[in-house]
Amino acid sequence: MLEIRNIVKQYANHRALDDVSTHVEKGSIFGLLGPNGAGKTSLIRIINQITAPDSGEVYFDGERLNPTHIGRIGYLPEERGLYKKMEIGEQMLYLAQLKGLSRKEATERIKHWFEKMEMQSWWHKKVEDLSKGMQQKVQFVATVVHRPDLIILDEPFSGFDPVNVNIIKEEILSLNRSGATLIFSTHRMESVEELCDHIVLINKSKKILDGKLSDIKNAYRTNTYRVEHLPSPEPISAVDGLFTLENTVERPGESTTLTVKIAEGKTINDVLMYLIPRVQIHELKEVVPSIHDIFVQQVTARAAHTLIETHE
Amino acid sequence: MNKILLIVKREYVSRVKKRSFLLVTFLVPLVIIGIYALAFYLTAKSFENNRATIHVVDQSGLFAGKIENTKNLTFVYADAREQLPAERERILNEEGKNFLLMIPSDVATTSRVELLAKETANLSIQNDVSRQLENVLRDIAFADAGIDRTTVENIRPHINLSAKEITEEGERDSSAGAAMGISMSLSILIYICLFLYGSQVMRGIIEEKTSRIVEVIISSVKPFQLMMGKIIGIGLVGLTQFILWIVLSTALMGIASVGMADGQHIKAQIEAQQSPSGSEVQQVTQPQMGMFGTIKQELGKVDFQTIITTFLLYFLGGYLLYSALFAAVGSAVDSETETQQFMFPITIPLLFTYILSFGVLVNDPNGPLAFWLSMIPFTSPIAMLVRIPFGVPMWQIGLSLVLLVGGFILTTWVAARIYRIGILMYGKKASYKELAKWIRYKG
Repeated sequence: MLEIRNIVKQYANHRALDDVSTHVEKGSIFGLLGPNGAGKTSLIRIINQITAPDSGEVYFDGERLNPTHIGRIGYLPEERGLYKKMEIGEQMLYLAQLKGLSRKEATERIKHWFEKMEMQSWWHKKVEDLSKGMQQKVQFVATVVHRPDLIILDEPFSGFDPVNVNIIKEEILSLNRSGATLIFSTHRMESVEELCDHIVLINKSKKILDGKLSDIKNAYRTNTYRVEHLPSPEPISAVDGLFTLENTVERPGESTTLTVKIAEGKTINDVLMYLIPRVQIHELKEVVPSIHDIFVQQVTARAAHTLIETHE
Repeated sequence: MNKILLIVKREYVSRVKKRSFLLVTFLVPLVIIGIYALAFYLTAKSFENNRATIHVVDQSGLFAGKIENTKNLTFVYADAREQLPAERERILNEEGKNFLLMIPSDVATTSRVELLAKETANLSIQNDVSRQLENVLRDIAFADAGIDRTTVENIRPHINLSAKEITEEGERDSSAGAAMGISMSLSILIYICLFLYGSQVMRGIIEEKTSRIVEVIISSVKPFQLMMGKIIGIGLVGLTQFILWIVLSTALMGIASVGMADGQHIKAQIEAQQSPSGSEVQQVTQPQMGMFGTIKQELGKVDFQTIITTFLLYFLGGYLLYSALFAAVGSAVDSETETQQFMFPITIPLLFTYILSFGVLVNDPNGPLAFWLSMIPFTSPIAMLVRIPFGVPMWQIGLSLVLLVGGFILTTWVAARIYRIGILMYGKKASYKELAKWIRYKG
């Protein structure tokens, strides 16, 4: 769907993107993650042809990105906005026509969406008369009304109330099921983790991680489990060659939670075989690093790395 | 291209549909007509206010039967005993405006008289009275010196000076007065309009930027298209407004002039009935009609077609040039309060020409300063319009328009480069140095 090759974007005092390349699979949900100021919005603006890169190319369906692709992309910017004094219906028509729809086609599709989202009565209202949540629904419809193949959502759930987040999530996923490719960009990594197939992590204008979410998670598994057991007279301690204890939390009279790191060559079954005769096991869960943890780990590792480099 | 049309349409329709547009379009001609009507009414009213009766108490005996009544003043000769305070009171309390003109016996030597009333007489009455007395005294002096008054009056040489311009079609009557008036009006009109519509462009852009819709829109169209669409749309709103103003004013003026002519006719009739001597009315109104006639005649000589055409051309050119700059300013700031620092250099050339137009340019419309100012694109919209009513050679208009087109292409190019960066910059106060950097950015 989208092939991004060696993008460099330089602003006066800083480099927003430094040789960033990645690939977005057709029909996937792609997470573009990173802290504020990492360069996500710069990359999105380049994909939307709002700005041009200093070097590097973007290919859309195998073609070099060009203005004919504009109508196939739907973009919800981080900074939401509509004309305050314009009627909702007119405004939607205007935005849809700018994306290349005919007036007639645009009218039909907008009516359809308004019905679906229960917004029929809003047609002649002005934006300033709507609540914030209503405005966001309008904005979302404006983003997808022209049936884009690629939908780019910058900080999609910030500012939405929980009810609307669910409605919008449902709609987005149904659009994805019917073939649309999605790009989520956010600094709140936990908010999209569950949705994404593929993620790219950007930090300080550089790509630091790129891959399938499941692969990344596997790569960052630490073979650590959390074991909760009922109180026992004899406390569990580490066993050489089997496991080490990272943490022990005791709630006297209730339960004890152990964070267990399994030694190389052993499995959780080996550990359970050791534990079962000694304590009553209540709960068992693998400690999987969140994307946020991975990110922090990556960033600190790199920082340490550069620190060493500069010392040498 | 199609997208620019969509933007133009939105900018145009959303503004023309606004109540304020309709209000301004219909109110401005009404207000102008209203001001004329008010001035007319007040002038007429002030004539009525000056109607008064003057009781002459002549102790010198020099003026008996010699003071003539005027349109507003009626002179009544009173007995000398009316000096008595009681009698004075009676006269001053009579209905209408009453004055007591006390002429002492030694007036010929002292030249002092007194005009008594409850309220001080206004300047126009004072002038009328003293002129009457002066005339009488002068006649007496003439008689004393043995000069016949009619002889003096017959010796009154009069030269008829008619200023003519030498043009290619031969001599033409000059209409300097009317030309000056039109020059000034054009200068004011274009100055106001350039600011009015230019700042609308600026405000529109600030609105899009602060409401954050700009990013949605420029993901569909190029920033240049959005900027040009806005500029063209608002320019069309301006042209629509002018055309409506011209049509409405012409229509209203037509109605009003018929009405005024009627009013004047009736007024003259009333005066003829009220005034003790009908011939006075004739004498006074005659020169007035003459002046009206001259103005009409002078206006008739003015080539309104050329003026309106050149006005529209220079409005368009000047508007395109300045609105591009206004657009750049709008894109570089976050709110209207921040525009000050950038507005200053834009205002300077306009203000400079505007101020000059009232002195130097109008008095010397073909001088070197006027010529150069009407060539420089930043000043030509005002300077050339000031010169137009006096007649400007075709080649100068042509050259100036070509330069103006070049000027707005340049400003549009510069503005577009600032605009495309500026609209995406939030919360940062731009400096001139930064603007210069934006112009050099590529992509």
